[in-house]
Amino acid sequence: MLELVWLIPALPLLGFLVILVLGRRLGDPAAGYVGALAVAGSFAAAVIVFIGLVDRPGDDRFFVQSLFEWVPVGNFSVDVGFLVDPLAMTMVLFITGIAALIHLYAVGYMKGDPKFSKFFLYLNLFVFSMLLLVLGDNLLMTFVGWEGVGLCSYLLISFWFTDPANASAGKKAFVTNRIGDFGFMLAMFLAVATVGSIRYPDLLTAAPGLAPVTATALALLLFVGAVGKSAQIPLYVWLPDAMAGPTPVSALIHAATMVTAGVYLLIRTSPLLAASYHWAPQTIAWVGALTALFAATIAIAQNDIKKVLAYSTISQLGYLFLAVGVGGYSAAIFHMLTHAFFKALLFLGAGSVIHGMHHEQDMRRYGGLMKLLPLTAGTFIIGWLAISGVPPFSGFWSKDEILAHAYDSNKLLWLVGLVAAILTAFYMSREVFMTFFGRYRYADPTPEEIDDAWVSRAVATEAQVVDARAAVETARTEVGANEEKVAKAEAALAKAQADVDAATTASAAVSAADLETARAAVDAATDKNEKKAADKALKELEKPAKDLDKATTALAKAEAALVSARQATEAAAGAVAEAEGSVDEAEARAGAARADVAANTPTPTLVDLRNPPVVPAGIEPNLSHDVTHRREFHPHESPWQMVVPLLVLAAGALVAGFLNLPFNHSLHFLGNWLHPSMLGNEVELHSSGITQVLLALVAVAGGLLGIAISVQVYLRGVGNRAAIEQPAFAHGWWVDETYAKVVGGPGRRFFELCAWFDRHVVDGAVNGVARLVRMAAGGLRTFQTGYVRTYALGVAIGAVALLGLLLSKASF
Amino acid sequence: MTPTTTWYLVLAAALFTIGAVGLMVRRNPLVMFMCVELMLNAVNLTFVSFARALDDIGGQVVVLFVMVVAAAEVVIGLAILVSVLRNRPGATADDIAMLKG
Amino acid sequence: MELVVFVLAAIIVLGGALGVVLSGNPVHSALSLVGTLFGVAVLFVAQDAQFLAAVQVIVYAGAIVVLFLFVIMLLGVDEAENLRVDPIGGQRPGAIVAGAATLGLLLAFLVARGGSVTGERSVSGAPDGTTANITEVARVLFTDYVFAFEATAILLTIAVVGAVVLARRPRRDHDLPAANTAESSS
Repeated sequence: MLELVWLIPALPLLGFLVILVLGRRLGDPAAGYVGALAVAGSFAAAVIVFIGLVDRPGDDRFFVQSLFEWVPVGNFSVDVGFLVDPLAMTMVLFITGIAALIHLYAVGYMKGDPKFSKFFLYLNLFVFSMLLLVLGDNLLMTFVGWEGVGLCSYLLISFWFTDPANASAGKKAFVTNRIGDFGFMLAMFLAVATVGSIRYPDLLTAAPGLAPVTATALALLLFVGAVGKSAQIPLYVWLPDAMAGPTPVSALIHAATMVTAGVYLLIRTSPLLAASYHWAPQTIAWVGALTALFAATIAIAQNDIKKVLAYSTISQLGYLFLAVGVGGYSAAIFHMLTHAFFKALLFLGAGSVIHGMHHEQDMRRYGGLMKLLPLTAGTFIIGWLAISGVPPFSGFWSKDEILAHAYDSNKLLWLVGLVAAILTAFYMSREVFMTFFGRYRYADPTPEEIDDAWVSRAVATEAQVVDARAAVETARTEVGANEEKVAKAEAALAKAQADVDAATTASAAVSAADLETARAAVDAATDKNEKKAADKALKELEKPAKDLDKATTALAKAEAALVSARQATEAAAGAVAEAEGSVDEAEARAGAARADVAANTPTPTLVDLRNPPVVPAGIEPNLSHDVTHRREFHPHESPWQMVVPLLVLAAGALVAGFLNLPFNHSLHFLGNWLHPSMLGNEVELHSSGITQVLLALVAVAGGLLGIAISVQVYLRGVGNRAAIEQPAFAHGWWVDETYAKVVGGPGRRFFELCAWFDRHVVDGAVNGVARLVRMAAGGLRTFQTGYVRTYALGVAIGAVALLGLLLSKASF
Repeated sequence: MTPTTTWYLVLAAALFTIGAVGLMVRRNPLVMFMCVELMLNAVNLTFVSFARALDDIGGQVVVLFVMVVAAAEVVIGLAILVSVLRNRPGATADDIAMLKG
Repeated sequence: MELVVFVLAAIIVLGGALGVVLSGNPVHSALSLVGTLFGVAVLFVAQDAQFLAAVQVIVYAGAIVVLFLFVIMLLGVDEAENLRVDPIGGQRPGAIVAGAATLGLLLAFLVARGGSVTGERSVSGAPDGTTANITEVARVLFTDYVFAFEATAILLTIAVVGAVVLARRPRRDHDLPAANTAESSS
């Protein structure tokens, strides 16, 4: 059954190829299921190979399958071959198992993403590379897998590359890993030079006979590679940024599998470590212990749910290095295994929360999600208890074993590990309390939003002032228009008065006697013509009186018009006064609002987790629409594809610890199983049983202490959060900034020097050669006439020359 | 007096030389092809002669392969000629020098 | 008897070869080529290569020369070429000198070595004189040379496809989807 080992990496490769060709056609969610199925098949193959391996007697569990010769160079050759032993099988089982679950999870998580199938393409390629890394029977195969996971990591971190932050996070991971790979490559070269082979079987057999200097150099160079891949001081900086990728990626790559590659490599080559100087493993142990502590301090002040987990991963990887350094290889693998379960669980749980909360990642805005996401919360809490080292959850057993090994080796290492464990319990409890317990804070306006509301209110009152001023202008125009009307009306009145006066004079001129005479004349007129003339004369006489009537009426009208115009003017003037009043009022309000803005900022940025933020009544309408949307938003539990992996992983986190119970030797299942792979290099615990129990009690007490502090601060609200969340922690001790300064300052000058050398010396040589060739070619091209027959003549002359040569050389 | 192998080889050498000179002298691409065929036949003749002289049937098998390759070459060569001459009727091998870079 | 055959065949071969080179009209060249090919076929028979002689007549004289004539007629290039001058200076004297040198050296070689070039003996089995020539050729062809044989099969297939692609009349420009395709296919 062991011959089936090639199937393990082949199935994810097949999945990769299928999605590569058909991905777009399969689409969402079929492509995801294809990917998940490929990895699940790989897991099944791994189980079969595992059974085959168990069937063999303990000391015969070592199987090499060579597929073909890859790099034959003289006496040196590299095969594409797989090495199956308990160590590799343990890794393969948990890699494929957890990867299959994460694939399934990702089907739910990535639903609706436009690049859905591409995501699974990368995931399958990643699993394939990881399996090559673990199963390869030589350093070069491992290196190929090593670079493969680096590439996939780059592709997946910057999966949503349209956001420049994601793209640069991917680049950062890639470049940082390159520094470590440099060490790996040097180690390979050194192995070729000294051992003459890079196959693990050869290396491991040759290791005890190596000079300590060589073994130390090899071990430390591999360690440099491992530091890059497994995110230890000083190359850990890429891992927190790697959280830019989709959450399943964070879970798969940056918690469960890829980052464990460095630890795997060191354990795989443990004879080298055993053959090196004593200080080499001590260095590894110290780097691990300090990383564990350092990352834990940073984790306690992070507010992003995934950042906490990222630093936690770095810290836990530090534990693994600590274990490797003190010789507790199977303890390291054990913790790697349990960590894979609970960290994958925590990451997927965090992803489920993020999915349920509309891609919000700030824990300050969670709170009280227990009721809303019960399954996520329940599984997350199991993961929390596991990582905090609470018995009987898995983390307790594995962490304890590492601490016991550390205690055996160096008490100070143990102390650092213990402090890191307390901090771990503390920051994980903080995360759980902030996320799932306490008040539901998602609908709260953030301090920034309250500040923005103040400002927007001030802006609104300013707008009112402007409106009021405009109203004053309008009213004033109205007044002006009415005053013009008054003036016109007055002019009309004066004219009417003049008309009346004139008419009065005219009518006074016509005497009553004349009028009588005229009337009599009309009556007396008999003839038609006479009558006409008389009528005319009478009308002449009557006209002034009529005119007077008319003028009088007009005068009355003009007077009325004047009165109304004057009234309108008065009304308009009143409106002006009123509008001016409202301007004053608006200005007063705007002033008040400005004063409010000045007085109310800054709102404290340290969010009060227990009490809702005070939203002054006046600014309620000015809160942004985001707040309104959030108030209407209801967090939802994730779909089954995401919940099922959570449940399975929770079960794993619960029971994985029982794989390696410390009570007696036969319960040490994992240790006994891994024993043949350690080639007798593992350090046995020599503390007495009582000491071990005491150590365990201290560790549990430490974990509970961490949880208790967290309960006080984050659940009960006792104590000052600001004192715990120091800026130094929140900014990760400003390591990123320091790197940027160093690399951007003196580093940059050095790089520019290198670039100058490259441009002028290296390129100069290359360009010089090219110029020489071009000049020679310029001379030679004149021979190229293009005439076929001339070429034929050339060939003929050549043939003649050859014949001549043959004739002169031939012996007769 | 029976002809020895040398006679055949001399004949083949003469045939080869005529073909070679023809290839260099003629400008019509079709005739140049025929000259190539002459050279190939000269070589075939030497192969067959040596097959008899050395008692090795392999020489005849090689001739068969030469014929196959010659047939393939003629097919491709004539196809190229057809497409060249279709665009430039009456083109000679010298005119193809226009293609030089 | 063999001498007579050889001399006659040699005259046909060389005469045909000179005819190919010296005829101005390609049709005459092609007909002369037939003569040469027949002469070579006769010489094959004279040297116990009956199968090759048959192939020579069928494939060469039959198929290939007909193909030549076909192309000549198809393209109408049967006008005579002026053989008096050569446009490339020095080409003709160079060719004649090179030809003379080749011939001279080959003959010198043959005379010096007495017809045997390497003296190495059979590698793929001697004709035993009792089996038919075609049987012997076939046995070697399908055992020792079987991969080469398969390779020639592929070669011929590729040649046919290539000939079709090369000789196909390019589609007219207005049939083409884009102008750049027109440039690349014509």
